Amino acid sequence: MNRSIRALVAATALAVPLAGLAQAPVKIYSIVELSGGGATAGTNFDNGLKLAFKEINAAGGILGRKVDVISVDTQSNPGIAKALTQKAVDDGAYVVMGPVFSGSIIVSMAETKKAEIPNFTGGEAAGITQQGNPYVFRTSFTQSTAMPKVAKYLKDSVKAKSVAVMWVNNDFGKGGRDTMVKALEAQGIKVAADISTDPGQVDFSGAVLKAKQSSADALFVYTNEEESARALRELKKQGYDKPIIGETTLTGQKVIELAGDAANGAIAHVGLTADAPQPAIKSFDDKFQKEYKYKSDHNGMKGYSAAYVVKAITEKNKKFDGKEFAKALHGAKIAVKDYPGVLLDVSFDANGDLDRESFLVKVVNGKQVVTDTLPPAGGK
Amino acid sequence: MGDFVQLVVSGTATGAIYALAALGFTLLWQASGTINFAQGEFVMLPAFSILWFVAAGAPLWLAFLLACVVAMLLLGVGFKSIVVDPLIRHGVIPLVIATLGLSIGIKQTVRATFGAEAHPFPSPFPSGQFMLAGINISYADVGTLVLAGAIVAGLQAFLNRTVTGRAMQACAQNTEAARVLGIDVKRMVLYVFLINAVLAVVAALLITPTYLAKFDMGDSIGQKAFFAAIIGGFNQTRGALLGGVLIGVLENLVGYYLSPAYKEGVALVVFLLVILFRPEGLLGRTEERKV
Repeated sequence: MNRSIRALVAATALAVPLAGLAQAPVKIYSIVELSGGGATAGTNFDNGLKLAFKEINAAGGILGRKVDVISVDTQSNPGIAKALTQKAVDDGAYVVMGPVFSGSIIVSMAETKKAEIPNFTGGEAAGITQQGNPYVFRTSFTQSTAMPKVAKYLKDSVKAKSVAVMWVNNDFGKGGRDTMVKALEAQGIKVAADISTDPGQVDFSGAVLKAKQSSADALFVYTNEEESARALRELKKQGYDKPIIGETTLTGQKVIELAGDAANGAIAHVGLTADAPQPAIKSFDDKFQKEYKYKSDHNGMKGYSAAYVVKAITEKNKKFDGKEFAKALHGAKIAVKDYPGVLLDVSFDANGDLDRESFLVKVVNGKQVVTDTLPPAGGK
Repeated sequence: MGDFVQLVVSGTATGAIYALAALGFTLLWQASGTINFAQGEFVMLPAFSILWFVAAGAPLWLAFLLACVVAMLLLGVGFKSIVVDPLIRHGVIPLVIATLGLSIGIKQTVRATFGAEAHPFPSPFPSGQFMLAGINISYADVGTLVLAGAIVAGLQAFLNRTVTGRAMQACAQNTEAARVLGIDVKRMVLYVFLINAVLAVVAALLITPTYLAKFDMGDSIGQKAFFAAIIGGFNQTRGALLGGVLIGVLENLVGYYLSPAYKEGVALVVFLLVILFRPEGLLGRTEERKV
């Protein structure tokens, strides 16, 4: 009897670590801006993906393995982002999420490329996916997809003949400005003023004065969240009365909160909005608000949907292999009916750019109101 | 021309806020030989305490008054008795290092408590603007100028025309002689710390609607206030006012006519020029030190 108990104990002692090894959690690094100028974007992105992996873990994980999300702060600094990405590679990350800022991912993605680890980013600068990196994937539109939609709206709905362009002088802003200027020219709209602003700029009095003096029919604002809020406050302070149009950030939840009344009337093209009528997005909105006690902006949705893309592709491959993952995601289509967490039917092209429906929203009484749903750029 | 005047008006309003923080710098230096590198955080902390009181249901004016009380206790009495008094006898350098540490400590504490994201802050003035001689002027700029101007004028009147104010000046000029004359030097120095705390709360009330309340908002304010104090003259309260307004106006003009990329460098360039050609500051006096 004693012998059999001893044998049982020994067998259990051996089996437990082996079982533990088989079920070791898969590491996913969230390398995001938790402080500095990108804190709003990074925190939302991180919260979104943490919520998604919490749900995924509660439902049994991916292929039976739990996901261990390790969140680290780039301090909105590309150099730190690169070092943290190297650390994630050394630590055996399966997938890297982030950074959100274009200037950071452009620098850090070299590390994941070398290590053949898929790297999702919230960055929108067109250049990110034009460098032949097969391991970088977007969680939002590239500027070359979004800007033509905005320019078309300015021509068809606003009937603008001239537009003042206010942009932030970083990789995100410069990329957006260049793409937007081309898109406006293609629509025959004149750029009446080209107004550069600085990252972290607090005083927008000069920039707004230039926009007013340009007498343009509308103003296009393309800056990061905090700067967008400051710009809207200054526009209201100086009594700017022409349409104010943006792309994604301008009507973000945090911008509305920071700008207060000054955000009312602002219009933007957004890839994702928690106010969209789709059932999967409504369900996400409820869960996010329950978890974090505030409403997610588009970055929270980017992180959340990217986590479900990881689940979908890994389950399709039936193994945890970064190289195979990247191959499978190029050209992949993931439907909401199979994976509601992707929020909208989404497809990825050979560069890692994504395509899906998008929305036009207007801020009314401090809330985003969806005024139109636009089809995917590539059609259905 | 209209643009120029409008830029000068809004620059003067921003500069007046820098001047409030710079005034604190010069007052502390004159009264106690303290250089406070946590001055920016002394503006940031009241911004968050005002927000906290507003969130608790207090109207803005009451939140401002309560923040003044908290600031006088923490940034006035607390700062003096916990940081300055024990260290001042070891000279300026240990105190400079201590205030640098204090700056990091306050920032990280606020970050841990309120998060790293920016928070909206209510404006004490109505939005909108009016036309004056063909120039658009916002109510917020006028309100800022009037309030900051009144505070500076009131402080000057207090220092020059009241017995306590003159006693404080006497302490700044010659501590030993002031003591011989029967002035309670310790009390006068405490008053200066309390005034600095209130100036910081007023600066917070005026600048945070533009800067937004964020744990690192003090970095730029502290730096500009320091430069303003040096440019105007570290031993002259009027100098702080001139330095602050000069920086505010030049920043606006450079940002508009050259590029916003050079805006943040304006204070540094003026600071370097003053240090090179007039080290005592534009309105400062040359100080002779006893050996």
